[in-house]
Amino acid sequence: MQYMLLLQGEEPNWEDVSPEEMQATIESMGRFNEELKDAGAMVTGGGLRERATATVVRFQLEGEPIVTDGPFTETKEQLMGFWIIDCANLDEALAWTRKVPLQGGAIEVRPLVEHSREEDDISGEELVRRATEKK
Amino acid sequence: MEASNSESVVDRTFREESGRAVASLIRVLGDFDLAEEAVQEAFIVALERWPRDGVPSNPGAWITQVARNRAIDRLRRDRNLREKTAILEGLEALRPPAISPAEQVAATEIADDRLRLIFTCCHPALAREARVALTLRALGGLTTAEIASAFLVGESTMAQRLVRAKKKIQMAGIPYEVPDTGQMPERLSGVLATLYLVFNEGYLGSTSSDLVRVELSAEAIRLCRLVVDQLPSEPEAKGLLALMLLGDSRRRARVDGDGRAVPLEEQDRGLWDQGQIAEGLELSEQAAAAGPVGPYTVQARIAATHARAELPDQTDWARIVRLYEWLEKVSPGPVVELNRAVAVAMSEGPEAGLALIAAIEGLDDYRPLHSARAELLRRLGRDEEATDAYARALEIPGNEVETAYLERRLSETRSRIPESG
Repeated sequence: MQYMLLLQGEEPNWEDVSPEEMQATIESMGRFNEELKDAGAMVTGGGLRERATATVVRFQLEGEPIVTDGPFTETKEQLMGFWIIDCANLDEALAWTRKVPLQGGAIEVRPLVEHSREEDDISGEELVRRATEKK
Repeated sequence: MEASNSESVVDRTFREESGRAVASLIRVLGDFDLAEEAVQEAFIVALERWPRDGVPSNPGAWITQVARNRAIDRLRRDRNLREKTAILEGLEALRPPAISPAEQVAATEIADDRLRLIFTCCHPALAREARVALTLRALGGLTTAEIASAFLVGESTMAQRLVRAKKKIQMAGIPYEVPDTGQMPERLSGVLATLYLVFNEGYLGSTSSDLVRVELSAEAIRLCRLVVDQLPSEPEAKGLLALMLLGDSRRRARVDGDGRAVPLEEQDRGLWDQGQIAEGLELSEQAAAAGPVGPYTVQARIAATHARAELPDQTDWARIVRLYEWLEKVSPGPVVELNRAVAVAMSEGPEAGLALIAAIEGLDDYRPLHSARAELLRRLGRDEEATDAYARALEIPGNEVETAYLERRLSETRSRIPESG
């Protein structure tokens, strides 16, 4: 099952962040990402540029979509990054999420919609036959 | 006679076994509704057949088998269910071995299923109310209507709450697993908190009918026993079971013949259930010896101290005060402060207790604070202040039996206030 981890947090004032702190953050995040990759759990992920760089395209019933400046919500906590990970279940996804090296903020864990596989098209009757044959 | 007898066996079996059967089927099917429906259908079949053909030697296993067959029938008709192959293989594995020694093995596996399901139902990713409702529905076999009435919400609201929780379990992939050792402390404390909530709702129940309340407490004890049996090295599970048993042992003494609440020191201790007390004392000793001692174990030791006193004035209040001080360390909060204040009042006198109560913050709308204050003022003969405190307590809604008690005390103290000239 795939889960998306949405990292929400208060954007730091980058001018107040020392280069050492910045470096330490990048390194600890990098180690976490490596661990995800080594375990075969990483699908994709990335950090987002600050919200001042965001652009919103809004759609409506009629007419062309409208492009405006700014992030989708003006709340203090903003989407700052994301991962998509592949896990057996929510507990596994939560175990990974706990490991994200953060001192503040929050991560929302959401399952992705799964696409149907071949076996969904086989009838129940056929599957019962196969399952009982195996025994 | 035959017939009504087997009907009562069906009833009893339903209470005891439906949780088991549902847990096994949910593990395999990953679908609460299908599992619940299949088990319910199995009990309908039992109601038809047992009076005619006699009660099977292992009613629980019989129910699981019939439910399993019903689930297979259902799956045959259902063309859109995901993961059908794996599910059907799992159902196949639920077929019981023919010989009886192996049945023993099957029985422990089934118990494991219920433990898994408790951890699923009490998962921190579910809302607190949903955890309680789901646990009672799936493992306790209570109907949605019974749960709704116990928690004072409409049946449709409760049904919706259950639907939403089941959907989340399925969609978000909450597993049917006993958590690993790393996650066990946090997850177990979630399970125990849910069971304690169920017990308290049954024991102190806001306003629900007595029958449902007794059912809730019994269910909480039964499920906690299951957790203790399955996780014998977890002291807090034992502590909670001890706490529940010691509390429940006083059930018959807590209300008099007219349905009035009887405070601890006025209770007829002959009515306390000695069997439950003996088991509770033993468990609280075991839990305390195993350590580290957590909040349920400390509370069990407090209850044990009460249980050991044959007469109210033999109660070791100084020990209870020390235990509350300990409880404040492992689980701080204003409610614990209030309880300690009451213990101090018993040990050192009402004034000392009142002084501590006056210092408590954040419990202005908590009825027990005002009723405790009122009691202490009454004991000091400060009837006017006591009357005000009883009146304040009665402004806050709560249990009917307790309300009647407070009203009785209120009129007592009020009648003693001298007419002001």
